[in-house]
Amino acid sequence: MSEQTADPAADPRATLDPPRDEEPPSGWFGRLWASNFMVTVLAFVTAMLIGGILIAIADPQTQDASHYFFQYPWDTFRYGIEAIWNGYVALFQGAIFNPTTAAKGTLAGYLGPISETLTNATPLILGGLSVGLAFRAGLFNIGGQGQVIAGAICAGFVGFHWHLPPGLHLILAIVAGMLGGAVWGGIAGVLKAKTGAHEVITTIMLNYIALYFLAYLLSVKGFQKPPYGQAVSNPVFKSAQLPSLLGGSVRVHAGLILALLAAVGIGWLIDRSTLGFRLRAVGANQFASRTAGMSVENSYITVMLIAGALCGLAGVSQILGTNSQITGDIDAGIGFDAITVALLGRANAKGIVAAGLLFGALHAGGTQMQSATGTPIDLVQVIQSLIVLFIAAPMLVRAIWRIKGTSTGVGGQLAKGWNG
Amino acid sequence: MTAVAQSPEELTVEHVVTRAPVSRAQRLGAGISLIVLGLVTIWRFAINGHHDQDATLRFGALNAENVPVLHLPAVPVAWVAGILTVLLGVVWLVAPRRRWFGPFMGAGIFLSVVALICWLASASSFAFVDVVGLLSSTIALAVPLILGALCGVMCERSAVINVAIEGQMLAGAWTAALFGSLMGITAGVLAGALAGALLGSMLAVFAIRYLVNQVVLGVVLNVFAAGLTGFFYDVFMQPHTDTLNSTPLMEPHKIPLLGDIPVIGPLFFDTYSIVYLTYVLIVVVDVWLFRTRWGLRTRAVGEHPKAADTVGIRVLAMRYRNVIIGGAIAGIGGSYFIFQVGQFQKNITSGQGFIALAALIFGRWSPRGAVAASLLFGFASAMQVVLSINAPAIPSAFVAMVPYVATILAVAGLVGKVRAPAADGEPYVKE
Repeated sequence: MSEQTADPAADPRATLDPPRDEEPPSGWFGRLWASNFMVTVLAFVTAMLIGGILIAIADPQTQDASHYFFQYPWDTFRYGIEAIWNGYVALFQGAIFNPTTAAKGTLAGYLGPISETLTNATPLILGGLSVGLAFRAGLFNIGGQGQVIAGAICAGFVGFHWHLPPGLHLILAIVAGMLGGAVWGGIAGVLKAKTGAHEVITTIMLNYIALYFLAYLLSVKGFQKPPYGQAVSNPVFKSAQLPSLLGGSVRVHAGLILALLAAVGIGWLIDRSTLGFRLRAVGANQFASRTAGMSVENSYITVMLIAGALCGLAGVSQILGTNSQITGDIDAGIGFDAITVALLGRANAKGIVAAGLLFGALHAGGTQMQSATGTPIDLVQVIQSLIVLFIAAPMLVRAIWRIKGTSTGVGGQLAKGWNG
Repeated sequence: MTAVAQSPEELTVEHVVTRAPVSRAQRLGAGISLIVLGLVTIWRFAINGHHDQDATLRFGALNAENVPVLHLPAVPVAWVAGILTVLLGVVWLVAPRRRWFGPFMGAGIFLSVVALICWLASASSFAFVDVVGLLSSTIALAVPLILGALCGVMCERSAVINVAIEGQMLAGAWTAALFGSLMGITAGVLAGALAGALLGSMLAVFAIRYLVNQVVLGVVLNVFAAGLTGFFYDVFMQPHTDTLNSTPLMEPHKIPLLGDIPVIGPLFFDTYSIVYLTYVLIVVVDVWLFRTRWGLRTRAVGEHPKAADTVGIRVLAMRYRNVIIGGAIAGIGGSYFIFQVGQFQKNITSGQGFIALAALIFGRWSPRGAVAASLLFGFASAMQVVLSINAPAIPSAFVAMVPYVATILAVAGLVGKVRAPAADGEPYVKE
C-alpha cells in the first residue's frame, strides 16, 4: 500500500493549489494517522459502520423496538447493537473460523470458512490484476464480465468436448481460456489503438455481446447439456478440472495457485520489466511516451491482451475449479467486483491480492451471515461499493475523521473524458 | 488533460471552410456494411424466401375494425430491397458525402427491415404481421431508453460522464414501487424521480466536489444502487409484498380526436401518461439545450469550461443542476418499469441503463439522436421477441446484440464518427 498509484500531477488540484504551509504531522502515530494506508483502513471502518446501521435497520427486533423509540429509546439501541454484533460475528465465522463447525473436528469444519474465502478470492484476484494492469497503462478495463465469459466458454469447450490425457487436457483448457479472454480484451485494445474508440464504451458493449453469445451457445446442441431442458453446458471432464487443494471436502482449488502466480508475474511485469515501464509511461503521459519513441498503440493492444487473458483465467477458475458446468451467470459479477478490487488494491499486485482476499472474505462471510441472521447478502455489495467510494474520495474520509493532509484518489492516471 | 495544460496557443481557433471529409474507415465501413446487408437480404429473404405465399401486413390488431391491410409479394420485395441496398452501398463507396451518411444508412436499414418483415409475414406458420403492434411495442420498449438517454444528455452536455444511469433507474424503480404501492402512481413517479435525483446528486458531489474519476464513480454507484435496492427489497418488500410492493398498473389514456386517427392514433395517442410525459420531456430537453440561455451555457460548460467561467458562467453550479435534473429523468425511467408490471424485483432494470448509455453515444450526445437511437434499439428488442416466437431458426440472441454492435461500430468510426462534448469527464477546478 506504500506505493502511491496516482501521480500527483494528474490531479488538477495538486498543481493548481499552491503548496499549503501545513505542519507535517509529528511522531510515528501522527505520520501513520495521516498516511494513505490509514485512509484505506478508515474507508473500510466507515463502510462497516454504515453497513452496521443497515444491519440494525434490517433486524426485526430492532424494528419492533423502534415503534416505542420515544418511550424507551434504549431498547432500540440495545437490539440494534446486538443485531450488528451478531451479523458481523456471523460474517467472521463464515469467512475465517467457525467454532461451531470446528467442534465437529473434521477438516471441513476447521478449514471450511477459510476455504470459502480463498475460493471466492481466486477469481477476484485474477480480475483485479486485469483491471489494475490496465489502470497502470491508463486504460479502464470495464469489460471483465465479457472476458470472464469468453474465457469460461473456451476453457469449458475444450474441457467437455475434447478427450485428452489428464494433465495435458487441463493445460490446454487453461490456455484456451486465457486465449478466449485475450481475444475478447484484445478487440477493445485494437479498436482503441486503430480507431481511438474509447475502451470503456467498447468493453461495456462487448460485455453484453458476450452475454448474448453465451445465451445462444447454451441453446445449441453439442454445447448444451442433454436433454436440452436447462440452459447449462455439458460438464467438464474430470481430466480437465483443477485439482482440489485440501481434498474433496472443501472447495478451494488450484486456481488459487494460478492467481498467486499471476500476481507475482504481474507484479514483476509492472515494476521490473521493460514492457511494464513502457506501459506505466504510456499510462502516466501518452504524449511524452510517444515523443520518447514508444508505440502507444502497441502498448494499448498489449495491455488489453494481457488484461483479457487474466480475466480469461478468472473464467477458467470459475469453470474448471469452482463449477464444472457453464451457466448463464458463470461470470458471477466478477467483472465489476474486479474493478473495486483493483481500486482498493491501488492497482499494485500486492494490494490487489490483499483486496481480493478481503472481498473474498466478505462474500464468503455474507453467505453465512444471510443464513445465520437473515441479513440479506446484498449488504456485502453495499459495503464493497462504499469502501471503494471512500477510497476514491480520500478527502471525504479525511474530512469525516478530521485527518490533516492531502491525498489523491485512485484512478487519477486514467484518461478522464470520452475523447481522451 | 487538465484545464491548466491549455496554453493560449492551443486555444487558437482555425477557420477551415471545406466540405467535411469522409474518413477512409467510414467510407469502407459504411459502404461494405450496406453491401453486406443487401446481399444478406437477397440471400435470406429473396433466394431462400417463401415463394408460395404473399405477405399480409395488418396495421392494427386482429380484433380492431377498419384496419388497413396490405398484401405484398414477399420475394420480389426482398429482391428490390436487397438490390437497392447494395446500390446504396456502391454509390457510397464511389462518392461518399458526409451529409448523405444518415439518409443512406437509414434507407439501407429500413429496406432490409421491410424485407425481413415481409419474409416473416409470408411464412406459412402465421398469417400476418401486425405492423402497428410491432411499432407500439417498439415505443413501449424504447421509453425507458429514451428517458435514460435524456438523463445522459443532461449530464454529459455539461461534461459529467454518467455511467450510473442504470443505478439511477434502479433507485427510481425501487422508490416508485414503494410509494406507488402506498400512494398510487403519481406519487410513485414523483418519488422515483426524487430517488433518481438523489443518486444523481451523489454522482454530482463525488465528481464535482471530490474530483473522483467519473467512470469509476459511475461503476461504483451502480453496484451501490443494486446492493442497496436489493437489500431493502429483501428487508422490507419481500415480507410485506401486499402492502409495500404491489402498485396499480398503468392504464392507457386515449387523447380525443388525435387518438382516433388510424395507425398514428393507437400508436402515439392511446398510451400511458408516463409516455406522454416522455414526449414532453423530449421536446423540453431539445428546446432547452438548443434554444435557451441555460442550454447555451450548458453546452459552453461542456465544451470549454474555462471560457465559460471567464464570461461569468458558474460552471460548477451548472453541472450540479444538470446532473441532478438528469438523475430525476432517469428515475422516472425507472418507475416506468414498475408500473408496467406492478412490482419491484431485484435488478429489474436488467442492463437497460447501459443500453440507454449506448443510445446516448450512438445518438451523438444530442436529444434527437438519442431518441432515434433509443427507438432503433427498442425496435431491435421488439423484433427479437417477434423472431423468437415466430422464426426460431434465426437465433434471437444475435438480434439482441444489434444495439451493442452498432454502438461499437459507431464509436470506432466505421459507420460515422461520434464525438463527445470536448470537456466530458474532466473536472473543473478554478484557478
